[in-house]
Amino acid sequence: MERKVSGPWCRVLGPHPRPETQELRPDVMKNPNSKKMPGRRIRRSAHILLLCAAIFALLGASDPATRFNQIGHQMMCICGCNQILLECNHVGCPASDGMRNELMASVTRGDSDSLVEQGFVQKYGPTVLAAPTTRGFDRAAYIMPFVALILGFGLIVLVIRTWKNRPAPAIADGLHPVRGIELEQFRDQARKDTDL
Amino acid sequence: MAEIGSFALLLALALSVYSFLAGIVALAFQNRPSSQLAGGTAGGSIASREETSVITTLRQGSERIGETARRAGIATFAAVLLASFVLVICAFRDDFSIAYILHHSNRDLPGPYKFAVLWSGQEGSLLFWSLLLAAYGFVLRLRYKADPRLFAYASVVLSGVQIFFLLLLNFAAHPFAIVQGTIPADGNGLNPLLQYPEMVIHPPMLYLGYVGFTIPFAFALGALIMKYPGEKWIHITRRWTMVTWAFLTCGVFLGAHWAYSVLGWGGYWGWDPVENASLMPWLTGTAFLHSVMMQEKRGMLKMWNMWLVFATFWLAILGTFLTRSGIISSVHAFAQSSIGDWFAWFLVITLVVFVFFFFKNKSHLRSEHKLESLVSRESSFLFNNLLFVLLCFTVLWGTWFPKISELVQGNKVTVGAPFYNRVAIPVALLLLILTAVGPLLAWRKTSLESLKRNFMWPTIGAIAIAIFLMITPQSWGSAFGLKPWKDISYLYSLMAIALSVLVTLTVASEFYRGGRVISKHTGQGMFASMVQLTHRNTRRYGGYIVHFGVVVVIIGFAGAAFNLDKEQEMGYGDKMTIGPYTLICRSYTDDDAPNYASEWAVLDVYKGGKQIDTMTPVRRFYKASRQTSTMPDIRSTLNEDLYIVFEGLNQDNGHPILKAHLNALVMWIWMGVWIMLIGTVLALIPNAPAPVRVPAHARLEPAHAGRAVTGD
Repeated sequence: MERKVSGPWCRVLGPHPRPETQELRPDVMKNPNSKKMPGRRIRRSAHILLLCAAIFALLGASDPATRFNQIGHQMMCICGCNQILLECNHVGCPASDGMRNELMASVTRGDSDSLVEQGFVQKYGPTVLAAPTTRGFDRAAYIMPFVALILGFGLIVLVIRTWKNRPAPAIADGLHPVRGIELEQFRDQARKDTDL
Repeated sequence: MAEIGSFALLLALALSVYSFLAGIVALAFQNRPSSQLAGGTAGGSIASREETSVITTLRQGSERIGETARRAGIATFAAVLLASFVLVICAFRDDFSIAYILHHSNRDLPGPYKFAVLWSGQEGSLLFWSLLLAAYGFVLRLRYKADPRLFAYASVVLSGVQIFFLLLLNFAAHPFAIVQGTIPADGNGLNPLLQYPEMVIHPPMLYLGYVGFTIPFAFALGALIMKYPGEKWIHITRRWTMVTWAFLTCGVFLGAHWAYSVLGWGGYWGWDPVENASLMPWLTGTAFLHSVMMQEKRGMLKMWNMWLVFATFWLAILGTFLTRSGIISSVHAFAQSSIGDWFAWFLVITLVVFVFFFFKNKSHLRSEHKLESLVSRESSFLFNNLLFVLLCFTVLWGTWFPKISELVQGNKVTVGAPFYNRVAIPVALLLLILTAVGPLLAWRKTSLESLKRNFMWPTIGAIAIAIFLMITPQSWGSAFGLKPWKDISYLYSLMAIALSVLVTLTVASEFYRGGRVISKHTGQGMFASMVQLTHRNTRRYGGYIVHFGVVVVIIGFAGAAFNLDKEQEMGYGDKMTIGPYTLICRSYTDDDAPNYASEWAVLDVYKGGKQIDTMTPVRRFYKASRQTSTMPDIRSTLNEDLYIVFEGLNQDNGHPILKAHLNALVMWIWMGVWIMLIGTVLALIPNAPAPVRVPAHARLEPAHAGRAVTGD
């Protein structure tokens, strides 16, 4: 069987989430002034974006071979090789062949992704999953980097504001600092003269 | 021989301790004001001749002590070199009375691998670390005249770090420990995975990178302690940092190439804790290389740079702690041992020392300039640093999360590739956008007009390439016919390739615009003008070449979305088809060599009905260690790698089981690394002075004036 394998750029969504249907509110649909209301327009754009994301997430996840490949790359071989289940390359590995067969059986049976995962976790323990789940404390694994991003972003905005508001350095008597259009003119001239 | 090695290590420790203590004493006396040196009697009044003479004597004395400290530091290198030399000699002489040699070598081990024994095990690799640290210290102490006081401070810090490693070597992980009882006739052999040519150079490169970051840290801490004025320490350490960064880059990618060529799972990066340990200092080191420009050009981010240098050094040690303490399980971690505690204490002590001096002297590190605009090179560096540090944090968090999870919920979880793909790829793509935009922004302020002017054509080019890749048929090759709506991995790959094109075009436009100006002024051809341009500002244009190398690497990573693999048992004449290739098994056999026995298959490779190659994947059984190892055969082209692994034999019929991988664009990764290294070397070359061109009329006027004055 030829199959797609994982790498740093592969299959990052994991089990595709079920999209939540977004219904457009009738009052918004009927309101002739709705175009003028930026809040609603933003909300509607957000709905469309959400819908697009959901469609993206749903695509190409149905056939058994794809699902086997997809779920098999979300699991680890438990023989101690620390490899993804479908990438374990030991002939005679005591674990991977049996695990692959189990996975194939579950997928062929039509078990949902979460059911397959639960079955594996019950049998082999939580370390069988190649990444933390999105439940309980495991969620912290995914949340923390984004919290750090937001905090870092906020910090940078704060730093930029502080630096922008810092008073200009004092200059000698009789001279006034060049600002605004005059400064831009000097800058353009300097760029032309030293354009490298 | 073992006695000589042990003595050399003890001597090195004694010399390091002396260098550290004498260095502190010398600096303490040099720093004291004259009043204190003269016993407080000189304050406010004219010092007497005797007091002046006492001060002079004390100052000269402290200078002499400082000089002995410097020389002790140099002698440390000689002692550690002797110990390393002795260990290598013992490996070549098959001296199995030394436990380290017994466990990591055997009689039939080829010569180059006997040399590599030095860094193949715990004790030897610590000795090698210490040797490299001493070698860096040796160079630093020879070049002390550049700034004797700053170098003296850096030397003391280096000695402090060296003492830690020598204490470990003498008391916790002794490489010359003697085997108790009967000495076996042969050794256990080197780990088969390490018996590969790249293993002879990968660890030294990686260690040169890890250890090298001690130098910028030593200078940074020294500058912080002595409240060093200005940015000179940054100028002094810039080359050190770049060289170290190049070594670390080389080491990280050699490791990836080794994993690809030896481990036989078809990949090059598995997000293993040991791999992560090498990536974290690389990320902070790269952030430092960018942010340091802010300090040099604008006097900003002084505190941040201090922390980045410290974090880079600290993460290098933390990575070593992770792999040697056994605290986090990894396929290539060393055995669990007590030296993890030593590393933990060292990490705490360095943190405390750094934090103490940082808070004591942080007023000295205030920024001098104000930020004029959000659309400027300065703010792009801020965001660049944020993303680098965030990536580092993500890797650190992912590496530690199994342990944290165990502490919090009582059970371990696995944090493997799917986690990093989900979290790190979006951040990496953002970073790629900044790599494209950053160089187009001017210092202080960039007008939106100029940004639009410079950015429009590269953006159009990138969008055009993305559309082209989407509409072309898939039969053209791996990266064609990319339908991003089919799979999220295709979306990421398409984004990565499009952004890589964007970066390439912005870099090319920078070269073109600069080259055009020089060409206009000098009448030279465009290529010659670009060469001259690069030579005039090697750092800037070398940096652009590094950026170009990075995007080539990224394109290589993006290829992983198109990988295929297939596993099959193959008897004589059996056929396997993967992608455009057909493999036919011509033969399979075994062989015997002194060091190992091997099984291998001979496969003819056909493409388009024509034979293009014959491949021979091998599996070896190493006799001394009684371990097996695969040697995949890889046929590399620019488009894809055909990667065949001999997995083993079917026990029932003796047929080989082969696994074929078709890995797209992998060669781009190795090419990109070469480009990055070329760019770094270029950036290290001193700038050529720009020729001063004076118009003819301007030259004539002063001549007339001169005649008028002299009366000619």
